[in-house]
Amino acid sequence: MTVRTAELLMALLMAAFSGYLMIKSAELPYGWIPDEGPGGGAWPFWLSAIMLICCGAMLVNWVRGTSAPSMSRERFFQPGVLRDSGSVAVALFLTIGVFEGLTLGGVPVLPALGAYVGIFLFMVFYVGILGRHSFMTTALFSIIVPVATFMFFELALKIILPKGMTEPFFLPIFKYFGLAGL
Amino acid sequence: MNAKMMSAMLLTTTGLIATPALAEWKPAKPIEFVVMAGKGGGADKAVRYMQGIIAEEKLGPTVTPVNKAGGSGAVALNYMKGKKGDNHTIMFTLNSFYTTPLRQPKLGVNIETFTPIMRMAEDTFCLWVNKKRNDGKEIKTVDEFVAAAKAAGSKWIMAGTGKNSEDNLLTDFLNTAYGLKMKYVPYKGGGKVAKQLAGNNADSTVNNPSEQEGFYKAGATRPLACFTDKRLALFPDAPTFKEIGKDFVYYMQRTVVGAPGMSADAAKYYNTLFSKVFNSKKWQSYRTKKALQGDPLAGGKLMAYWKKERSVHEAMLKKMGAIK
Amino acid sequence: MTEIFGLLMDGFGVALQPLNLALIVFGCAAGLFIGAMPGLGSVNGVAILLPLTYLVPPTGAIIFLAALYYGAMYGGAISSIMLGIPGASTAVATTFDGRPLAKKGLADKALTAAAVASFVGGTISVILFTLAAPPLAHVALVFGDPEEFALMMLAFATFVGLGGDDIAKTIFSICIGLVLAAVGFDTVSGEPRLVFFDITNFMDGIKFLVLAIGIYGIGEMLWTIEENRRAGGVSQLSEATVTWKRTVANIRGLLATWKTMLMGSVLGYFVGILPAAGATPGSLMAYGFAKQMSKEPDSFGKGNVEGVVAPEAANNAASTGSMLPMLTLGIPGSPTTAILLGGMVLWGLEPGPRLFTEQPEFVWGLIASLYAANVVALILNVAFIPLFIWVLKLPFTLLAPVIFVLCLVGGYAPNQSMYDVWLMLLFGVVGYLMRKLDYPLAPAVLAVVLGPLAERALRQSLLISGGEVSIFFTRAYSGPIMVVAIILLLLPLGLMLRRRLRGVQADSQ
Repeated sequence: MTVRTAELLMALLMAAFSGYLMIKSAELPYGWIPDEGPGGGAWPFWLSAIMLICCGAMLVNWVRGTSAPSMSRERFFQPGVLRDSGSVAVALFLTIGVFEGLTLGGVPVLPALGAYVGIFLFMVFYVGILGRHSFMTTALFSIIVPVATFMFFELALKIILPKGMTEPFFLPIFKYFGLAGL
Repeated sequence: MNAKMMSAMLLTTTGLIATPALAEWKPAKPIEFVVMAGKGGGADKAVRYMQGIIAEEKLGPTVTPVNKAGGSGAVALNYMKGKKGDNHTIMFTLNSFYTTPLRQPKLGVNIETFTPIMRMAEDTFCLWVNKKRNDGKEIKTVDEFVAAAKAAGSKWIMAGTGKNSEDNLLTDFLNTAYGLKMKYVPYKGGGKVAKQLAGNNADSTVNNPSEQEGFYKAGATRPLACFTDKRLALFPDAPTFKEIGKDFVYYMQRTVVGAPGMSADAAKYYNTLFSKVFNSKKWQSYRTKKALQGDPLAGGKLMAYWKKERSVHEAMLKKMGAIK
Repeated sequence: MTEIFGLLMDGFGVALQPLNLALIVFGCAAGLFIGAMPGLGSVNGVAILLPLTYLVPPTGAIIFLAALYYGAMYGGAISSIMLGIPGASTAVATTFDGRPLAKKGLADKALTAAAVASFVGGTISVILFTLAAPPLAHVALVFGDPEEFALMMLAFATFVGLGGDDIAKTIFSICIGLVLAAVGFDTVSGEPRLVFFDITNFMDGIKFLVLAIGIYGIGEMLWTIEENRRAGGVSQLSEATVTWKRTVANIRGLLATWKTMLMGSVLGYFVGILPAAGATPGSLMAYGFAKQMSKEPDSFGKGNVEGVVAPEAANNAASTGSMLPMLTLGIPGSPTTAILLGGMVLWGLEPGPRLFTEQPEFVWGLIASLYAANVVALILNVAFIPLFIWVLKLPFTLLAPVIFVLCLVGGYAPNQSMYDVWLMLLFGVVGYLMRKLDYPLAPAVLAVVLGPLAERALRQSLLISGGEVSIFFTRAYSGPIMVVAIILLLLPLGLMLRRRLRGVQADSQ
């Protein structure tokens, strides 16, 4: 895929999104209500309309080749980029997914392993596999980061992260630090 | 209603007199205290105050307030619905606890499934005007207010906390009772409403005493009358609407509720915890300062109170045309 | 005058007590750390640590939280410069020039500029605060919706100069930000609106932080990964050296920016006083003004020190300014001061117009502590610069996953909602792809912050006036502000037309 193709696809996608926003906004009155001013849907409706016009302008630019991306015949993803950024994006998706588990269309896809297991696995992937660091460095970072996260967020700031099925392992820690019932 | 819930209610009703059980339930992790409003508002302040009392007097575990402000409590109610059977999530509610599920049946929230814990107070409402109005008119009584508002027609601005909120209900009442055409302009939060009045950007408000307190003490605003049973000790000169011939009494509940399907033991624990909070010196002085009313209500009594209030609100919303 | 001086001296007597001084140091350090974390800003820091303050008396508590507020304003600049991710919304404008400077290997210059500008902004605003409290508070009190909308227009007008080259994409970016901010509930009619695919979570709206961490955190990191690949695996985070000599030279170089610092401080302070404004628009407006005032506006966005100085002076000044209505009227000037106000109630104080007369020790102790907090934050910040430079030198594959984890947890923390984290990932990936196609994303983030305020102010004004647009022009304060906004809005357009005309003339000759 060239940058030029990507530019066209993005403009079309955003035009479709603008249209969807207009339809959604029109669920509320988007006209001028006498004595009151604009209705509840007016603000997003007319702004989405401007978005749609902008997408039209982008398409005109694309046809005429007047914007930088619409002239570029370079590959949209340089070799290896998709492997790097793409794998990180997928890894983030999976990591977030195991925080509370993921169910798509009623089918459980990912188990609820909790934030700390998720963070641990993400660190192992990034430092060990993607960064090709030594076993010691990988182990050190994969353990220190979740532990530091727990200490800072849960113990110091009292922000409780989702723990899924690993929750029972944390209850004694809460008790030890006096966060649970007296 | 199943037997388990019945026993839960019986336990919570008697929960005020705490009796040590053999194997008491205790929270195993910090408690999530959901606030049905944004940070800095009246409900949020009260929750953080209670959090302070619990921590300072070592009454219970760590409490972490979580604000779920969107859509007059719709977001908070939806969140609680998803926490079914959770023993570590409680919520602090207002009257939107009744009105929001009525106005948005799509939410599928039935407040009867929630676990009643304790009503900590009832907040009051008064009718407020600015002492130094831009037009120079001095309004000291409800009669003068009615005359001025009538003359101004729809140019009279009543600021309130949101469409179909408590303030809107009261404005509608005043409009109907006195034949007025005041225009209701919704703002985000009672503090902001109070400021509109103090800055003469609104002609009147129906704030809680705590929201107008600062301006009142500085001599900027004046309560004309209150929607209470008896005169408030804070404002001895302001009559009740009852006294001046309009029988309208309206309170805002400030109540702690538990997630739907909370275990009976957990409900009992929270019941004991919040009765301790209620009886603490700090909460009592907070109540006095903020002109809060209402006895503590728990368990089945609280549930009955909710059902009664819900039908009252249903009737009011119907009259307004907000629901069918 | 002498009376104020006497009261201030009494205040120093309170602020410099050992316990309070320790609280200032601890508060500044905590604020620096929290502010530097992507996603957590002063609001979160103050809200989260508020419950801990029952350990000390009210004066100590507010001194601690105010120091934290200040520290967070300093700290926000650190991640803006070092990582290109605003540590808080208040430091968004700092990324515009701070990041390019860091990429050029001048991170130490940017950090020193941020620290010194913060100090100057903080100090000037505290002096203004001390001297001019009562009359300014009165001005803020009479501000209503038309004035607020006029102010928003002024803010938008000052941003116009910030757009990229592609006008269609810039306007698109502004509008998408404004529309995303409208998701949730319509405050006027109370109806749910733009609830995408009827997912109830959208009723909660789309928060600024989610979009900001998505775009500036995840999107930026994905972008950096790609840049690294392009550069053949070499980290784009450049070397920077800190020596005593360089620091002295940096500070000396900053003397030339005194005008920008002064402008940022005064502007930030006044914007901070106004409710609904606060440090974020203040710093953005200061950036816009600095760009328009500059003789070389084109150098902005490419690493001009003045682009760091202006917003950093302004955000600290605004944080002081926002405390003025909080203390004098009991009205918060920013979300952070709203929580501070809640804290005052918690400690048994009554915020409002009478606080100055009833609790002079509290008020003046706080004001004096602001002077002290400024000095402490400056020292801590300068002392920590080598530490943050050291962070740069870590291999990217060690630093990046830590930042990703911070983003995930930082996105979850403010509202404790998984929906926010999913949205953040979506914004990150889409933002990264859009950025590859030259869509400017900063205007979208700005629009998300100001959108709800602008819409509400517009509609409430029209409700009050019964649909008459003239309300914005006939009022004593909103009229002039509106006119200035329109002039500012048309100024770049006029300049562009003039340039075009000249171009045409040059072609025809």
